[in-house]
Amino acid sequence: MRYLPLTAEDRAEMLARIGVPTVDDLFVDIPADKRMSALPDLPPAKGELEVERQLARLAGRNMTAGSVPFFLGAGAYRHHVPATVDHLIQRSEFLTSYTPYQPEIAQGTLQYLFEFQTQVAALTAMEVANASMYDGSTAAAEAVLMAHRVTRRRKAVLAGNLNPQYRATIETVSRYADDMVTALPARPEGGEDLIAGIDKDTSCIVVQSPDVFGNLVDLKPIAEAAHAAGALLVAVFTEAVALGLVEPPGAQGADIVVGEGQSIGNALNFGGPYVGLFATRQKYVRQMPGRLAGETVDAEGRRGFVLTLSTREQHIRREKATSNICTNSGLCALAFTIHMSLLGEQGLTKLARLNHEAACDLAEQLAAVPGVSLVNTSFFNEFTVRLPRPAVDVVEELARKGILAGVPYARLAPAAGLDNLLLVAATEVTTAEDRAAFAAALKEVL
Amino acid sequence: MNREGRGATAPAPLSTPAPTPAPETFTGNRALDLEEGLLFEVGRPEVSGVDLPAPKGGADRLGGHGRTAALGLPGLSEPEAMRHYVRLSRMNYGIDSGLFPLGSCTMKHNPRLNEKMARLPGFADIHPLQPVSTVQGALALMAELSRYLLALTGMAAVALPPKAGAHGELTGMMAIKAAHMAAGSSRHVVLVPESAHGTNPATAALIGYEVRAIPARADGTVDPEAVRAALSPEVAALMLTNPNTCGLFERDVVEIAAAVHAAGAYFYCDGANFNAILGKVKVADLGVDAMHINLHKTFSTPHGGGGPGAGPVVLSQALAPFAPVPALVETDGTLTLAEERGDTGAEQALGRMSAFHGQMGMFVRALAWMLSHGADGMRQASEDAVLAANYVRASLMDLLSAPFAERPAMHEALFDDTWLAGTGISTLDVAKALIDEGYHPMTVYFPLVVHGAMLIEPTESESKASLDLFIAALRDLAMAAKAGDTERFLGAPHYAPRRRLDETRAARAPVLRWTAPEPLPDAAE
Repeated sequence: MRYLPLTAEDRAEMLARIGVPTVDDLFVDIPADKRMSALPDLPPAKGELEVERQLARLAGRNMTAGSVPFFLGAGAYRHHVPATVDHLIQRSEFLTSYTPYQPEIAQGTLQYLFEFQTQVAALTAMEVANASMYDGSTAAAEAVLMAHRVTRRRKAVLAGNLNPQYRATIETVSRYADDMVTALPARPEGGEDLIAGIDKDTSCIVVQSPDVFGNLVDLKPIAEAAHAAGALLVAVFTEAVALGLVEPPGAQGADIVVGEGQSIGNALNFGGPYVGLFATRQKYVRQMPGRLAGETVDAEGRRGFVLTLSTREQHIRREKATSNICTNSGLCALAFTIHMSLLGEQGLTKLARLNHEAACDLAEQLAAVPGVSLVNTSFFNEFTVRLPRPAVDVVEELARKGILAGVPYARLAPAAGLDNLLLVAATEVTTAEDRAAFAAALKEVL
Repeated sequence: MNREGRGATAPAPLSTPAPTPAPETFTGNRALDLEEGLLFEVGRPEVSGVDLPAPKGGADRLGGHGRTAALGLPGLSEPEAMRHYVRLSRMNYGIDSGLFPLGSCTMKHNPRLNEKMARLPGFADIHPLQPVSTVQGALALMAELSRYLLALTGMAAVALPPKAGAHGELTGMMAIKAAHMAAGSSRHVVLVPESAHGTNPATAALIGYEVRAIPARADGTVDPEAVRAALSPEVAALMLTNPNTCGLFERDVVEIAAAVHAAGAYFYCDGANFNAILGKVKVADLGVDAMHINLHKTFSTPHGGGGPGAGPVVLSQALAPFAPVPALVETDGTLTLAEERGDTGAEQALGRMSAFHGQMGMFVRALAWMLSHGADGMRQASEDAVLAANYVRASLMDLLSAPFAERPAMHEALFDDTWLAGTGISTLDVAKALIDEGYHPMTVYFPLVVHGAMLIEPTESESKASLDLFIAALRDLAMAAKAGDTERFLGAPHYAPRRRLDETRAARAPVLRWTAPEPLPDAAE
């Protein structure tokens, strides 16, 4: 077996040193009647070539985004990632290292986490960000729990235009943590009255912008109303590239900002691994979940970085921790940081504008198809169209024509009664030909 | 190993003049040891390492929500970015650098085939919400991974969505809470042995359980009598790590599970140490109701400096109806996903733990590892891991103090700090001295049940020569400690990119992001 260095002779010598005749003598504490006598019912070891063939066969049965005109978003976006990013994250000192518990030999990880935290804080216009969460949806659930700790209230209000899978994630945790959640009804055309939902028991109001339908939301009045009631505003985004062009939530009064960082540096990966972004105000930092890298000095006075404020965390505080999170998304955060460093502010702004222009063009073309109407008044790179019949069927028909057309809202919320709505995203990778092909094919199938 | 100058033997006569101390360099660099500033010090806002076409301009559907201020994000050209991050990488220690015996973390070899497979466009370049008809291969891979996990554990069901071990724990404990709720029970206590990982009590507390500790008995395992004494109609579950964090198999686990079940509670097993028992025992046969499996430990998906991981949960028949969504459903050879609570036919199902369907990139890597090893290779891997841990323990017992050594170790060897008594040297000092010897330290001060714990998990990836050198280095350190050579320890590490870092200062006045320095006073003044 190519991954196992010990030879039969090595094993015999090692057993002799230990002083037992066979390796099974090391497993005697497993009750004898429970020990497996036969191997598990699985195939034997395979060479690299055989494994590669077997997995490539499975991979070949999927329609890849890069092979067709592709317009899906709803929380995961396809962008061009520079080749440098994937090369660098595969540097084995990054790839095969552990959580930086021994800072003297983990300065590489700690410094990039410090850079990541600074970039996320700058991008969201917040004061402090953590070293990442699993993804945007779990970050949102953690934000609600944090708001409960800060306000000592236990009722969260969720905007109706929050991505339904994010809403479901928050509801699951809340259900078992005995917290209350009020989810407002969706309003695809935007302009939700969120302020009316806030009362004196509200811990936080969770608002997504751009929302799941693509609408941009003015967070300022919501923040003011929340603060007046002693509640927090939790701002959510699922497309980090939007922040290259739209006003950041931190500039609009958000108290906690959470988002999905996948679209910078990370592939679609069928939904994971992604990277959750989590930022807040300095005054709430001790209620924050997750790891934090902080600056310090070594014994010779040189600048260095360590994991800090770990008295919030499970390995120190156990049942009194702010969260149970341990492993997060270090390598995806590194991909985010490298891609963001390559873009810089100038590149990010340009990238965001290209996305917006592609989406504006596509919206115009799709809205011109008979029977199709654009739902949004504002959007960034994703918008919603109303079709004359259920979007699930239309998407399936277009897939058969080799076009991955978008996400039916009903896929996210089958019970919402919004079956004819289709969420459509365009990024810098969608070409003018792709967009024209989509509009033409849509016209054909409707 | 260069031992010259350590005073153990008389130095050989020098034929050349004694070297003078190394001079300071102008740059602060030391040949291949290169210092690197922060991105914000080397980057500039007007620079970008990405060439994009010029936007056409004109289109604006932002509805007045456009950004009004600069963000302050510097950029790097591509050569600068390459150099910046390569230099940072060189300040890190990884499995590929050397032995990484971090107990409880299973830092084994990460095959590059697995990286290559995860990057096949058919896995990496597909969207989670594509029509299921266009991702049958991806769903088939998830089904195959599920089949392997069930074959190795003997359990009734597996939920793939959890994103890491602690997320898997949360899922499993929620399934237990859901099952109690469905039965109309409001049990509010979870029993957790003192030796447990911190995530166990944190998880139980997160969903409102009161945590009660079970003390370990003198031999480092859990006493069934202690569990029986703690069980009551208030107890919802026992969370037990097996093999436990002392590196021992809980030999009374069957009796403990029976007692837990007799009291109407469930048995949650922390699967962090699954690497010790692959192909040796099925956890279903031990009475386990739920167990998470860290794909980034046992199945070798890279740790990546702290993630991403994946933490699928296997469930017993009793808990299977409470599994989260999404779940795979096979009908007439076609795979689909049950994505909504209730879609699985179980009204009590947990619901959704996160957006989308789990850590696909990790699923591909883990399955590639399993296919490569096969049934025989996986059992061999466990046997070699256990053999290596026992070999390390047997080779150090005379110099270090190994509690609970009357029982065989599983895949990790536990030492305490009794052997350091009177030396003025602590467990932490030993860890830092190991850094100077070119090793990542073992896990220190965990588990909490022994004083100054050192938990060594060599894994199956080390050759005998590698283990022998590691053992020799630790023996040398032990003899130096006992001989009073404190300088090797108290000032360590001497040769790492940084000397010991001031963690107190970091926590007292936290600096968690870069800020622009105050402008220097005008030179003309």
